[in-house]
Amino acid sequence: MNKLSHEVWVYIEKKNDNIADVSLELLSKGRKLAEKLNGTLKAVIIGDNLEELAKQTFHYGADEALVVEHADLKEYLTMPYSRILSELVKERQPRIVLFGATFVGRDIAPRVASNTLSGLTADCTDLQISDVTYMKKEYPKLLLQIRPAFGGNIVATIITPDNPVQMASVREGVMEMSALDKPLEGKIAKIPYVGEEIDKIIEIIDRHQEECKVNLKCAPIIVAGGYGMGSKENFGLLKKLADLIGGEVAGSRAAVDAGFIEHERQVGQTGVTVRPKLYIAAGISGAIQHRAGMDESSKIIAINSDPDAPIFGVCHYKILGDAIKIIPALIEAYKNKLK
Amino acid sequence: MTYNSIVLVKQVPDTANISGDVMKPDGTVNRAKLPAIFNPEDKVALELALQVKDQYGGKVTAVTMGPPKAAELLKECLYMGADDVILVTDRQFAGADTLATSYVLSKVIDKIGNYDMIFAGRQAIDGDTAQVGPQTAEKLKLPQITYTEKILELNDDSIKVQRLIDGGCEVLVSKLPVLLTVVKEASVPRPFRAKRVMAYKNFIPQQLTTEDLDVDLERCGLPGSPTKVHKIESVVLSAGDHVSIEPTKEGLGLLIDTLMNDHIFG
Repeated sequence: MNKLSHEVWVYIEKKNDNIADVSLELLSKGRKLAEKLNGTLKAVIIGDNLEELAKQTFHYGADEALVVEHADLKEYLTMPYSRILSELVKERQPRIVLFGATFVGRDIAPRVASNTLSGLTADCTDLQISDVTYMKKEYPKLLLQIRPAFGGNIVATIITPDNPVQMASVREGVMEMSALDKPLEGKIAKIPYVGEEIDKIIEIIDRHQEECKVNLKCAPIIVAGGYGMGSKENFGLLKKLADLIGGEVAGSRAAVDAGFIEHERQVGQTGVTVRPKLYIAAGISGAIQHRAGMDESSKIIAINSDPDAPIFGVCHYKILGDAIKIIPALIEAYKNKLK
Repeated sequence: MTYNSIVLVKQVPDTANISGDVMKPDGTVNRAKLPAIFNPEDKVALELALQVKDQYGGKVTAVTMGPPKAAELLKECLYMGADDVILVTDRQFAGADTLATSYVLSKVIDKIGNYDMIFAGRQAIDGDTAQVGPQTAEKLKLPQITYTEKILELNDDSIKVQRLIDGGCEVLVSKLPVLLTVVKEASVPRPFRAKRVMAYKNFIPQQLTTEDLDVDLERCGLPGSPTKVHKIESVVLSAGDHVSIEPTKEGLGLLIDTLMNDHIFG
């Protein structure tokens, strides 16, 4: 085998002319992975007018920014973006490429992996570097791609042993963002864009994008409900409690699927990862995908009528009983204390 | 003008409804006991293809790769209104990750030929990767529109689609042929038609194996999958360290006192 590269790349996503949080989180994680590999961290940015964004990546540990700028690339489009990134990966063979598991990341990453025949693992909840023995062969410093699977009943560690490039995607909020005290003296490498006909096969006609109104990630208190809340109306109780104690309402995937609450308030592996001061889980059984999104909360109160509900395994305060009765009682108890 | 569609469907374990007898005494899941269902978003994808057919005419072909048992799923596609179904099955396809799966599917699609649109669910509930659609499109050198919410217009050789994006939606126009992955909000799948159930009850779908396809075996199944499962840990439920709170006025009052003292509130 040829000598493997020690480069870690992060595909940088833009959000309102800034770098998306998930990309900064991945740079922070990528810095650590690159150190374990004794390698370098590179940010890859495609778009237009990227100088400032490129410099920003040096604050989060990038040694170099690979920049592809052109007026035609102002907005994300599957065909040119995936083609450009595929060509860069093929030519330079990074050891690891990380993507945010966002609308854009989940559109571009599989195409690049397919084009370059790289392994890609979606929605990882942890990434580590480790020597691995697989099928009696030694593989030094592989990327361990850890994710819950099979409805959350197992946690799988995925590896890409025999390919030069290992790719993974990670949801926003899963990795911790940490800016360096002093930015690295990074280098900006500009790569020319040569358009092709296929780049224009899809055209954007219109785009409506609203600033996300819900900001679960920053909420100090979250009152979350699960399928056990029984109905959309009963979620009104959670809203009442949340308003009273200064929190946000959230839900498990089962509650979102049942239509009790909107998708942008979903906590868990395929939703948002949160670390509030207080997380109240009402009628949430606590599948691992849900727990992966909230188990680092400082304090967790779990309310469930099933004594064996897995949520009790991660909580600090266990209340056994029907959430629909206990939430109003909790509201009363809180109001009494304020008197 | 008529439009031909190919729909990629998958039979998946019903991971959302894990009930009592599926759990083993050690707290892990007995996978053999999970019922197999039509992946929900694939069913919506089929519905969209059938709506195109209802409006413009053309042919809808449903394709699945899986064990022989997956033929059940294809019969459901026929019950809903698919014109043709293909079961791609071979032991050498087993153990495929998304890359190897998309390779085989692209070869099947090449073999079917003469299509304007390929539909697939955004993702399957057993893996939630959302990778097979885009990876197949890349192999076929086709454009893709992921997170499709609505088909707005079909015009000769182009399609206008509304898709979800972060915090909103966008409208795109693509040249045909195109691959679309569909979110569950896009439509509600139609029920089975009684007449079609009667007609196809004992139908045996056409099967394609490695012998029927122009495939490189090194790129199929486990050998063709760059990602490997290194380790699997069953999630065993255990009791953590926690304080039990009585659901009484006193109990809840004490809890609130504790949280106030810890400066969690206020």
